[in-house]
Amino acid sequence: MAARPLLELKNLSTHYVSAQGTRVVRAVDEVSLRINAGETLGIVGESGSGKSTLALTIMRILPVAARIVSGQMLFEGEDLLLKSDEEMRHVRGKRIAMILQDPMASLNPLFTVGDQVGETLRVHEGASRGSAWSRAVGLLKAVRIPSPETRVTQYPHEMSGGMRQRIVGAIGISCGPRLLIADEPTTSLDLTIQAQYLALLRDLQREHGLALIFITHNLGIVAKMCDQLAVMYAGRVVESGPVSQIFNTPTHPYTEALLNSIPRMTDNRQRLAAIDGQPPDLSAMPPGCSFAPRCPDVFDRCRAQAPPAFTTAAGRSARCWLADASRDNPAHLRVESGAL
Amino acid sequence: MAIQTEVIALPPRAPSRLASFRLGDFPLIPALILVIVALVAIFANLLAPHNPEIGSLTARFRPPVWQTGGSTKYLLGTDQLGRDVLSRLIFGARVSMVVGFTAVIFAGAVGTTLGIISGYLGGWVDQVIMRLTDTWLALPALTFAIFLAAIVGPSMWNIVIILGLTYWTRYARVIRGEVLSLKEREFVRLAIVAGCSKWTIMWRHILPNIINSAIVLGTLMLGVVIITEATLSFLGIGVPPPEAAWGLMLSDGKQSLMVGRWWLSVLPGCCIMLMVLSANLLGDWLRVKLDPQLRQL
Repeated sequence: MAARPLLELKNLSTHYVSAQGTRVVRAVDEVSLRINAGETLGIVGESGSGKSTLALTIMRILPVAARIVSGQMLFEGEDLLLKSDEEMRHVRGKRIAMILQDPMASLNPLFTVGDQVGETLRVHEGASRGSAWSRAVGLLKAVRIPSPETRVTQYPHEMSGGMRQRIVGAIGISCGPRLLIADEPTTSLDLTIQAQYLALLRDLQREHGLALIFITHNLGIVAKMCDQLAVMYAGRVVESGPVSQIFNTPTHPYTEALLNSIPRMTDNRQRLAAIDGQPPDLSAMPPGCSFAPRCPDVFDRCRAQAPPAFTTAAGRSARCWLADASRDNPAHLRVESGAL
Repeated sequence: MAIQTEVIALPPRAPSRLASFRLGDFPLIPALILVIVALVAIFANLLAPHNPEIGSLTARFRPPVWQTGGSTKYLLGTDQLGRDVLSRLIFGARVSMVVGFTAVIFAGAVGTTLGIISGYLGGWVDQVIMRLTDTWLALPALTFAIFLAAIVGPSMWNIVIILGLTYWTRYARVIRGEVLSLKEREFVRLAIVAGCSKWTIMWRHILPNIINSAIVLGTLMLGVVIITEATLSFLGIGVPPPEAAWGLMLSDGKQSLMVGRWWLSVLPGCCIMLMVLSANLLGDWLRVKLDPQLRQL
């Protein structure tokens, strides 16, 4: 791809450091990702794999214990890590917006919906109360809330969960951001509302040319929503690339195991395939590949040395020794390690 | 509580915004007393039959009208300078009200601001403000107020400042605690994500959410502040003499209490007691109404 990516993360690492400085949790470790304008990037992984920390790192709203220790975050060519707090404040909400994990609780119970949707406009564009209010009506219409003129005057408790969520979406797109980060935005919704909301997000993305980073642990949503996929495990991106390619031919054993663990309608297995074991303790990582203790295809090198990210095809990469093209025959290795 | 059963027995009402704000256990008498005192304070000029600061020496120590020797000219008697006690009580209400409310608002403004800043910003700012509050709380309030009064000298507005400086710590403590839990709420995080500055968040998202607590605290503080004002006046470092303040009247009357001139101390004492009691009862009711935990929500 010749065009400059909208957001490019290069070797980004975020660590949580304990108060005494004795324990370091590598929540995000050497992450490199890129997302182009208008594209959707899905980030999947287990709980605690660093997905949310990665989102907070991009927004630079990490808790005090966290430090961004290395890397670059190039957004439209500017490194966000070099910006001052005040400059960063003008990026948040205006150029990069975010939808939080629990949009149901994201609205202030004391203000009308119109005030809250208009707030971002007032903060970033210095809009007057009146013009922010009338633009709020338009935004509610854009997120398909019926009779927006009366809804703007109402308070959050007068809305259903799905509506509140759409309002949070309206706040997200209010200033016309280039990138929207959605951190598990549908976990608190039931399935029909979830489907509606995802359709809405896709439409908004198309209409406004937004790039979307979609953080989830639901691979079904990824298949439906995303163009690109990054699989995170223990703070690292273990595999990334176009969704269809990864779903059809996963390279990393972890991705393969994840895909195997999805129940299917046509399935007549008695038990679901699960991945044995637990993710490693992020403050005491094994010396080799972090997935090695649970990997079905593990061999000696995996336990000794952490694999770098190998490019396996155009736009695809995997952190696995099996993906090392300089090796003779990865398939042969799989058979060999089957004895373990 | 026996009162609760009555509320349940009421017939169902049409739902309204005020439905949860039932007035069944509203403290009517305390509220009435406060309203009456407030009205008396506002219209003191019209209500008082005599000038409260000028008496006639020919009419000293007259007893109230129902006692032998009392006259309808001086309904509640006169003091050692022949001033009408009723008129002085009426003007004293003005002093108590003005000092009470302004001092509570002043202390509330200082304490709430510092509490929000301390709770929201955290870190060393929080440490500095909270250690200052600790130090302040370690000083006995009345002694500290007397010390301040001795420095700035007696006047009604100095009393307001002194009381404000003495009592802001209580607000700071309570408000900081509330802010600590509020700032972890999702809507504050959304405001951060939306790019609001710290000051916008404190002013627009935190303050409206803690104002209930500040009002409840203010009502409860009203009684404390009025008592302290009366105490300072009684000790002679409060409102300066010719002016009519209840504490001052109490102090003037104490010498002649033993001689049987009870009206000089008992009447202002009753006024102070009624007003403080009313303020506290109203504050307690508000606290129950506005505190979600006590309301069992």
